[in-house]
Amino acid sequence: MRRLLFLIRKELQELRRNPRMFPLIFLAPVLQLFILGYAASTDVRNVPITIVDGDRSQASRELIGRFEGSPYFSVSRVTSDEGDVLRDIETRRAWMALSIPPEYGESVAAGRPVTLQVVADGTDSNSAGLGLTYATTLIADKASELALARRPRGRPAAGAIEARIRVWFNPQLLSRHFMVPGVLALLLMVITSVLGSMAVVREKELGTLEQLNVTPLRRWELIAGKLLPYGLIGTLDVFLVVGVAALWFEVPLRGSFPLLLGLSMVYLLCTLGLGLLVSTLARNQQQAMMTAVFFFMMPMIYLSGFVFPIENMPAAIQPLTYLVPLRYYLVIVRGIFLKGVGLEAFWPDALLMLAWGAAVLALATARSRKTLA
Amino acid sequence: MRKALAVGRKELAQVLRDRLTLAILLLVPVLLLLLFGYALNWDVRHVRLAVMDRDRTAESRQLLSSFVNSTYFDVVATPSSMAGIERLMDRGEARAALVIPEGMTRDLAAGRTAAVQVLVDGDNANTASTVFGYAQAIVRGASADRLGASTGAPAAPISVEPRIWYNPELASSLFLVPGLIAFIVMISCVVATALSIVREKERGTWEQVRMAPIATPSYIIGKSVPYFLLSLAAAFLVIAAAMLLFGLPMRGSWPLLAGSVALFVLGGLGTGLLVSTLFDTQATAFLASLLISLLTTLVLSGFIFPIASMPAVIQYVTFIVPARYFIVILRGILLKGIGFAPLALEFAALGVYVTAVMSLASIRLARERG
Repeated sequence: MRRLLFLIRKELQELRRNPRMFPLIFLAPVLQLFILGYAASTDVRNVPITIVDGDRSQASRELIGRFEGSPYFSVSRVTSDEGDVLRDIETRRAWMALSIPPEYGESVAAGRPVTLQVVADGTDSNSAGLGLTYATTLIADKASELALARRPRGRPAAGAIEARIRVWFNPQLLSRHFMVPGVLALLLMVITSVLGSMAVVREKELGTLEQLNVTPLRRWELIAGKLLPYGLIGTLDVFLVVGVAALWFEVPLRGSFPLLLGLSMVYLLCTLGLGLLVSTLARNQQQAMMTAVFFFMMPMIYLSGFVFPIENMPAAIQPLTYLVPLRYYLVIVRGIFLKGVGLEAFWPDALLMLAWGAAVLALATARSRKTLA
Repeated sequence: MRKALAVGRKELAQVLRDRLTLAILLLVPVLLLLLFGYALNWDVRHVRLAVMDRDRTAESRQLLSSFVNSTYFDVVATPSSMAGIERLMDRGEARAALVIPEGMTRDLAAGRTAAVQVLVDGDNANTASTVFGYAQAIVRGASADRLGASTGAPAAPISVEPRIWYNPELASSLFLVPGLIAFIVMISCVVATALSIVREKERGTWEQVRMAPIATPSYIIGKSVPYFLLSLAAAFLVIAAAMLLFGLPMRGSWPLLAGSVALFVLGGLGTGLLVSTLFDTQATAFLASLLISLLTTLVLSGFIFPIASMPAVIQYVTFIVPARYFIVILRGILLKGIGFAPLALEFAALGVYVTAVMSLASIRLARERG
């Protein structure tokens, strides 16, 4: 136990002597969460749209006004030249274009049906899909106003079915509430797995591992001596990033904070353990970095459900996602933050994450003997 | 220049000798593309739907079958109470729920408007918006069918004729794969060089670097040449794999593509080199390079999240993310087949970025060498 404390003190001293490390561990994550939290949003707003007004009538201007007033669109220009559509979409000045035909005003006044053409740049499939929905809804509203105004008096209304759609857990459909917890988990993963993956291999590369070898330090003590100080740093980071998420971004923290903290520490066990495993496997820090980035961090980003829902993945890929601890942590973080649920809802995820962390740590401890020998 | 080549040859020999590093830098990017290319998909299909039908009539069953026939929804449960729905939604076993109230058919027969309730799990706002749209469209469609059948529907006064260019099926993979290419190339470039200079500082070969009779810019060039060749090869392997496997089209010009890839690779390598000159230990350089490149390329480049929807201040921040320009160029050349003129700004910005990071790295290194 005393030996362990010495090792922990040595690690903390080394960190303190490395003045550039502190801002990287404590300031960078907060700064990043600020910027990324604002940016990581799949909400589609201000879709730039070019409008070709072939009509130039009161009616067409009224329709253009609706697009200008909508938060979903920002009209990049109103022109009368159809050729501008191609030009604007090629240069990304507009993502969509609306063409109002010359007979629009007359047809509307006379009650004749008229067709508007909407062009969308499909390269951004997500924005294009949503943009088309917004445009169609906006025009359909206008159409139903017209139809209503024209309905003959006294005619009985036919029974219509209406959908009352309610969105649970995130009623304004703010993707920020979904994304900020994800970014928080990614930041914790990056910091702790970098610290872990450099921990043992640095001693190896600098030759100080030999010195540790001749001390009576046991291998679990070596792993624990690396794990605990980094775990402490990670836990401080949890407080920082959860604080920013809840207080600044006002992501509702509906569930229990102690539970979140406890399970975050289990998550840190996984990421630090992974780092330490890499560290015992690699021969130098370059190898450790490549292994950590390519084989652990990138799969964590893409296979965890951070942005791309696991249900959408092909059946062959889905089993791989169980190998990614972030998958479990995301279910937990989002569950606690947004749904306010507790262990009763996600105990299988919590259990699997714990098993995962224990397995990785056991592996790292077992591996460390070989490298020490 | 001869001296730069000598440094380049030394670095190349070092890379070639380390077979593992070589294999990782060359082949792993393709492997990652394979794995993630299939995983990146937000086309929403087969949403898990819980149904509570309190009406139990032919009419309600018909509405339900229009949900099922759309292929967007799979009925996974038929709970008998609201509490049951809540439990299913809490655990994520159902992502949406349809509640058909008692007396829907009666109301419809009497000419009243009947409301059905649709509940959507909003935790993933993007999926939820799409599900929202589907549910709205299905119910509207069912309603219009009913009205049309009973009254002979009037033609809609204004209709919309949508046209989607470049990607008519709105397949999200065509949009995402170019971004994934940029992400993988950026990260492999940064990983290749971020430790290259700081390693010498930590290991004690630093004095040799200091005393070497070579100007700093030549040294930087020499250091980057082998990684440049390696990363360029890796980048083209990734692009070729994307075309073969994910049906990424090539509608534009190859030389233009090659030029943009070369510029972007230089930008990535330069970023790594700059980080490498700024820090004293490999651990800090590693952490800093990831904080600078990994999450920023993921989030701030327009790869996944549309830049136009970001707050204005954040949009300015994205100007210093090189992938932002490269992704526009890639999508432009590959998907739209456009030429240099509409992309000139992006090319210029990439050029400025490369010049800036390379000169900053040289200046930093020159100061360190004393």
